[in-house]
Amino acid sequence: METTSTGFTAQCYELYGAPALGSLVRVGEPAVYAIVHNVTTAALDLGRRVMARGAAEASEAAVYHNNPQIARLLATHIEALVVGHGVADALKYRLPAAPPRIHAFVYCSDAGEIAAFTQGLGYLRLLTSSSTPAIDEVIAANLRLSAECHRDPDTFRTRAGKALASELAGDVARLNAILRSIA
Amino acid sequence: MTSNSRNTTPGILMGGTPLGTVVAGSLSEGVEVKLNGDASVEDIPVGSYVVIQGETKRFFGMVSEVKLAATDARLRTMPTDLSDLFVAEVLSGTAAYGTITVRPRLLLPMVAGSDAELAPARTVPAHFARASKASDADVAQVFGVEDDRHFAVGTPLDMEAVVCLDLKAFVERSNGVFGKSGTGKSFLTRLLLIGVLQSRLSSLLIFDMHDEYGWEGGDAERGRQVKGLKQLFPAQVAVFSLDAEKAMGRPVKPDVMVEIGYSDIEPEDIMVLRETLNISEVAAESSYSLERHFGKGKWLRAFLDLEGREAIFELANAININTSALASFHSRLSNRLARLPFMVEKPSQDSVQALMDQLDKGNHVVLEFGRYGDDVPAYMLVANLLTRRIYARYRDRQISESAGKGKSTTPLSIVIEEAHRFLSPAVASQSTFGIIAREMRKYNVTLLVVDQRPSGIDPEVMSQIATKVCCLLDDERDVDAVMTGTSGSRELRSVLAGLESRQQALIFGNAVPIPVAVRIRDYGTNDSYDSLMRSPRMRKAASKADMAGEPSDARPKDDEDELFG
Repeated sequence: METTSTGFTAQCYELYGAPALGSLVRVGEPAVYAIVHNVTTAALDLGRRVMARGAAEASEAAVYHNNPQIARLLATHIEALVVGHGVADALKYRLPAAPPRIHAFVYCSDAGEIAAFTQGLGYLRLLTSSSTPAIDEVIAANLRLSAECHRDPDTFRTRAGKALASELAGDVARLNAILRSIA
Repeated sequence: MTSNSRNTTPGILMGGTPLGTVVAGSLSEGVEVKLNGDASVEDIPVGSYVVIQGETKRFFGMVSEVKLAATDARLRTMPTDLSDLFVAEVLSGTAAYGTITVRPRLLLPMVAGSDAELAPARTVPAHFARASKASDADVAQVFGVEDDRHFAVGTPLDMEAVVCLDLKAFVERSNGVFGKSGTGKSFLTRLLLIGVLQSRLSSLLIFDMHDEYGWEGGDAERGRQVKGLKQLFPAQVAVFSLDAEKAMGRPVKPDVMVEIGYSDIEPEDIMVLRETLNISEVAAESSYSLERHFGKGKWLRAFLDLEGREAIFELANAININTSALASFHSRLSNRLARLPFMVEKPSQDSVQALMDQLDKGNHVVLEFGRYGDDVPAYMLVANLLTRRIYARYRDRQISESAGKGKSTTPLSIVIEEAHRFLSPAVASQSTFGIIAREMRKYNVTLLVVDQRPSGIDPEVMSQIATKVCCLLDDERDVDAVMTGTSGSRELRSVLAGLESRQQALIFGNAVPIPVAVRIRDYGTNDSYDSLMRSPRMRKAASKADMAGEPSDARPKDDEDELFG
């Protein structure tokens, strides 16, 4: 929906169908990799505010069931920070020469792809230097998710923690907060 | 200084456990190595050896400082709660890390086992050069392996490799063994003497103040007696004794009982005792006047024979000396010297000649003081008197030899304890020991001084001490005295301060290529005697004797048989 050199916004095909915060996603060909740092669900028409419905309904599910137009009027968007891209068969933890194109398909990376991408941890530099709000929570979420994709999650967490420590060498308080979120 | 025999596998780069990376430093201050996450400061004691692989050179150096550091200053004021093991593991080696300072001392050949000379390091490794603990092979390359010329004195503090002293360099100049009381100076000295004795590079004359080197010595810590040189090398060591009563109570009698004639004492011997006997300078110098008055060789007996104050006053007037000074001088000498049983009118034999005979045979002499070891003036008088006369003979011989008239003499090392008493600034200029220390090996005589108060030794003499073997020293002045004029003394101080109070020493100077903190090899058990006696030198000597069948060369083997059956 919107792309820049450092990130992009994508609309999910399904309402509430966004990947988890901190997930690795792939877009375009050659692949550009990004980390989901924000998920938004709002009215498609930004000029019209969503009205509260379902005062008489018994549950949230009943609201959606009895108002099927809601799914058409609302949309879920994800915002992702670019953290690397593929060059030939190699992964580069840096920004691509050109941002992904509008209407490029965005895919959630599977466990194998995540494990391969996080073999190197150079992408953490792009995350830690971002001014995006709550980026530390995103980093912690990403490392938690990535650890589950490795055969030995503890070893990965330690390795990632040390890589993070070298990026945040001058700010141990911030480092500590992230580490405690990972554990 | 930098040539050493090497016995290592050629063709491979040596190196021990990786430690970290060079991040800063200078030649004068040493290079700073940031430790890897898996290298703990707790495993790297000050004084341990490190090899740094530079781009084109391999540096060998010693750890002189260990520090803790943090990337964020707030870690010091707000320490992280390390109850979370994951956080602790991540932070250690990253945000909180250790550094060591390594002073590069030598350049090693890039390839192990190469015969290239070890050169002093005159530059530092480049940034990010990898540092690792020195392997046993590295240490062997630096300190050589035990052979005819190298004596294994111990091992580095945290290693199994052997540290060898270059005995040829050791005997060439005067040396010192220092350390506060109870740190094992005598043990260490005994080992050094065994090394020199086995090497046959020098004869030894040991003024054995407390009877520790001759027949047997005490090991107070383990409550046992240890063998002295005479027990280990009976054919090569002659024991002289001043104390007939004590010596006769032993299974093996001394070879010579030493007696000193009054006529042997010269004014210079009295000058050396000035501080110890608390004699004023005027009084001590009156001995020269007394010598002129009574005649050489007669003055002391004649002076001591004076009875009554009037006789002394009369003499004082005759030789123009202050009467009370002379009276006090007479009283001190009468009380302290005249009562010594080994002082006689006419000695039954010339002790100096007996000593020289033994030294000429290539033997070593231990002079035991027995009960008189605690009598400092007696010890000083005898040691100075004998040394003066022996030194004079060596000097005459050396002059004859230089003129092409005499045969060459074996160098002599004289071992003195309580050396500061002979070599204090006030006395050093007059005592023979001071002359020997200053003139070095000019006349083939050197000193091995053993002392617990090196600050009391004349700095000029200290500067001539070529190899210093230092056990723990507490007093700042003593540490200053030992370190004066030593390059990198600041680093060495921290190594010295970190030594344990027993069986550890810091060795630096001519006989080792770089300063080394050593755990001294064991002495006093049958295994230790066995390893000393079966050293490469002894094996070589024994095999020579077997081949040649010469009695003189067979001595070490005889010694061995006597000990071990």
